[in-house]
Amino acid sequence: MRRKLNAKLGILSLYVAIAISIGFLLIFIFSIFYKGSSVLSWSFLFSAPRAAMTEGGIWPALVGTFWLSFLAVLISVPVGILSAVYLNCYAQKGNWVSLVKICVNTLAGIPSIIFGLFGMALFVNLMGFQVSLLSGALTLAVVSLPIVINASYEAISSVSGDFMEASYALGASKRQSILRIMIPTAMPNILTSVILVTGRVAGETAPIMFTAATFFNRQLPRSVFDEVMALPYHIFALMTEGTHADQQVPIAYGSALVLLLLVLLISGSALILRYQLRKKRQW
Amino acid sequence: MKKLYDSLFYLITLICAVGTMIMLAGIIISIFNEGLPLFRHVKIWDFLFGTFWYPTHAEAEFGISTLIVGSLVVTLGALVIAIPLGLGSAIFISEIAPAWLREICKPLIELLAGIPSVVYGLFGMALLAPMIRQLFHLDSGLNAFTAAIILGLMVLPIISSMCEDALQSVPKALREASLALGATRWETITRVLIPASRTGVIGGVLMGFGRAIGETMVVLMVAGGSAQMPKSIFQSVRPMTAAISAEMGETVFRDIHYQSLFAIAIVLFIITFGFSLLSETMGRKR
Amino acid sequence: MVKIKTSNLNLHFGQNHVLKNVNLEIEEKKITAIIGPSGCGKSTLLRTFNRMNDFKDDMKISGSIMVGDQDIYLDKIDLSHLRAKVGMVFQKPNPFPKSIYKNVSYGLDIQGKFSKSEIQAKVEESLCAAWLWEEVKDRLHSPAMSLSGGQQQRLCIARALANSPEVLLLDEPTSALDPQSTARIEELCVALKQRVSILIVTHNIAQAGRISDYTAFMYLGEVVEYADTSQMFTVPKDKRTEAYLNGVFG
Ligand SMILES: Nc1ncnc2c1ncn2[C@@H]1O[C@H](COP(=O)(O)OP(=O)(O)O)[C@@H](O)[C@H]1O
Ligand SMILES: [Mg+2]
Repeated sequence: MRRKLNAKLGILSLYVAIAISIGFLLIFIFSIFYKGSSVLSWSFLFSAPRAAMTEGGIWPALVGTFWLSFLAVLISVPVGILSAVYLNCYAQKGNWVSLVKICVNTLAGIPSIIFGLFGMALFVNLMGFQVSLLSGALTLAVVSLPIVINASYEAISSVSGDFMEASYALGASKRQSILRIMIPTAMPNILTSVILVTGRVAGETAPIMFTAATFFNRQLPRSVFDEVMALPYHIFALMTEGTHADQQVPIAYGSALVLLLLVLLISGSALILRYQLRKKRQW
Repeated sequence: MKKLYDSLFYLITLICAVGTMIMLAGIIISIFNEGLPLFRHVKIWDFLFGTFWYPTHAEAEFGISTLIVGSLVVTLGALVIAIPLGLGSAIFISEIAPAWLREICKPLIELLAGIPSVVYGLFGMALLAPMIRQLFHLDSGLNAFTAAIILGLMVLPIISSMCEDALQSVPKALREASLALGATRWETITRVLIPASRTGVIGGVLMGFGRAIGETMVVLMVAGGSAQMPKSIFQSVRPMTAAISAEMGETVFRDIHYQSLFAIAIVLFIITFGFSLLSETMGRKR
Repeated sequence: MVKIKTSNLNLHFGQNHVLKNVNLEIEEKKITAIIGPSGCGKSTLLRTFNRMNDFKDDMKISGSIMVGDQDIYLDKIDLSHLRAKVGMVFQKPNPFPKSIYKNVSYGLDIQGKFSKSEIQAKVEESLCAAWLWEEVKDRLHSPAMSLSGGQQQRLCIARALANSPEVLLLDEPTSALDPQSTARIEELCVALKQRVSILIVTHNIAQAGRISDYTAFMYLGEVVEYADTSQMFTVPKDKRTEAYLNGVFG
């Protein structure tokens, strides 16, 4: 009897745990949608903020986030893939490679605020790029680099050695085999990870606080040396700066909804892509 | 000609790999380089264990014990919430839910893990904090308790998905053997599955800890921000990440305040580095 | 005419002496089969002819191998050129995850010295020579992975033929295939001997008997006996050969 009761209660506790978790998350997402959708409109998306942030839209912040993420990924993806190629195909297997991999893993776990400090010390101050789109994009590139390297390394290692062997046997050099067989074969998997990383980069706030973001900038950036507005930072600033909380909070919700949709769209498409790939994987 | 391109390509990959390593080493070097000079003015002991954080006073003091405690309170609070819920959800998804539900849950959890932290921060600040304030009759809802709830909500998907992976990697035969011996499903879960997937579960918890203690936006927005020793969880705290991000804007390049914030970053780095090494070695043993 | 000649060929993997003093003369435009129990060094021997062992760690080789009038282990040898000239087909069909067309054109693409129309003509010619053209001509741009196992293996042969090789190395090319596909590839080999010298490693003694002109029997890294196939299969000289052919071990 006792055993039966324990078992019943135990299983019940699992139902409770999943119900609370899902309930929690649903309330969270629902409230962002509910409060955000009331301010969402075309003019909200496509106009600049007005009247000391109490009116207007988020267009400069959207553009800033686009440029920051785009440039960051543009830098980190080729560098990351080529580094993974080096580790996988050229470096002597052994201690050196595992040391590098441990470092990369460790760095993937470092808090993003530390990346922000690093970016400030190196790009903003030492290199003199100031608080700018460039400094922010470089910092975000460093944030995403360990993730890109790990993902590319995994994807490349999973390319069957048979393909490489066949390529060599047809007279291809190592470079040709890597560029024409290995990377294209690994590309779908790399691509999924790149999309996921883009989503993550677009939502980062701490790394750009001191390197790129500004609270208010009516104008769109004209060069990489301009300060930019960014959607995540915009949300933070609306909540913590300025004096008209009651007008700023709805705008913050609207911005949060846009950011949330953006990130879910990006990472959702990566997951769908991965699902499709698994389904039709033939090798 | 072809040989030349081959060597050139090799060289490019080498430069990328070495460049990456330099960048990554540069992170560590730069925070130490900017932070260590503080200890010419402040004793390490006073820095770590001093209870007064008055970086901008005329008689400045740089004791970060209140900040460390702030970080720990919020992080541990988050784990107290997230571990049972995350593990419970993981067991449910892995052991009780039908296959089709599991197929839906997994990507959903991954999506949730990707939601930007500032969105959680907004939710905590604008919605949860007023509720907490009313519920517990507090002066302000921005405190360690609220921050812990939000952080817990944030690391929940991470812990849950790692635990789920660990449970899934337990061989099916083990489950069947236990059930065949007459154990109930619950006994199978607690006596067989959880012990068998223990390293993975602990890895998930360590990862959750690392994420929570390093999280910036949520604590910056929700934890209240007073650098004081909290007497209860309903008091306002100033975790390390919040101090760094809130104060960096006020500093002058390489003044003592700037250095002290980098010194906090060193402490933070050492903690997270220790935890990732720990989970790395756990993973190795498996 | 001798196409390949090895002299005092020895090969080590670390401490493991895998090829022991191999002296062989492979005839041009004939089929030479290499048989022997597994692990005796057949694949390793085959892979010395296009230097595919070079990638393995700890490989040491001595002696010489002449392909035509070229010593292929000289330092100045262009490996790409050698491997185009000495084509290879593996045990498991391994077409690239690309289209049928791209698989066949790969060897020519990487050489980078042929025009599009030359490549196109060569692709068609190679697919015809591998008896695949009729089956795939309407879907040249669909994935190679969509072909059946036997078709994939013939695609791999076509892929090697596109490089206009002088020698074709086949390492147990039919061991992963069904009997029907096997028969077709055997017939194909016989037909291909018009244009290339063929070396085939096989586990299947009957297969060697059916298609080869010469047979080399290897045992523990040595070439024990090398002779005319019909002669070896009727009157083997060495007791070990006889025992192997009679299925005593293997
Ligand atoms: N990369 C390698 N390193 C060490 N030994 C190897 C390697 N490849 C093959 N060998 C050894 O060489 C011998 C011959 O192998 P192989 O040529 O593949 O045999 P076969 O094709 O006749 O079955 C085997 O004993 C095998 O263990
Ligand atoms: Mg073999």
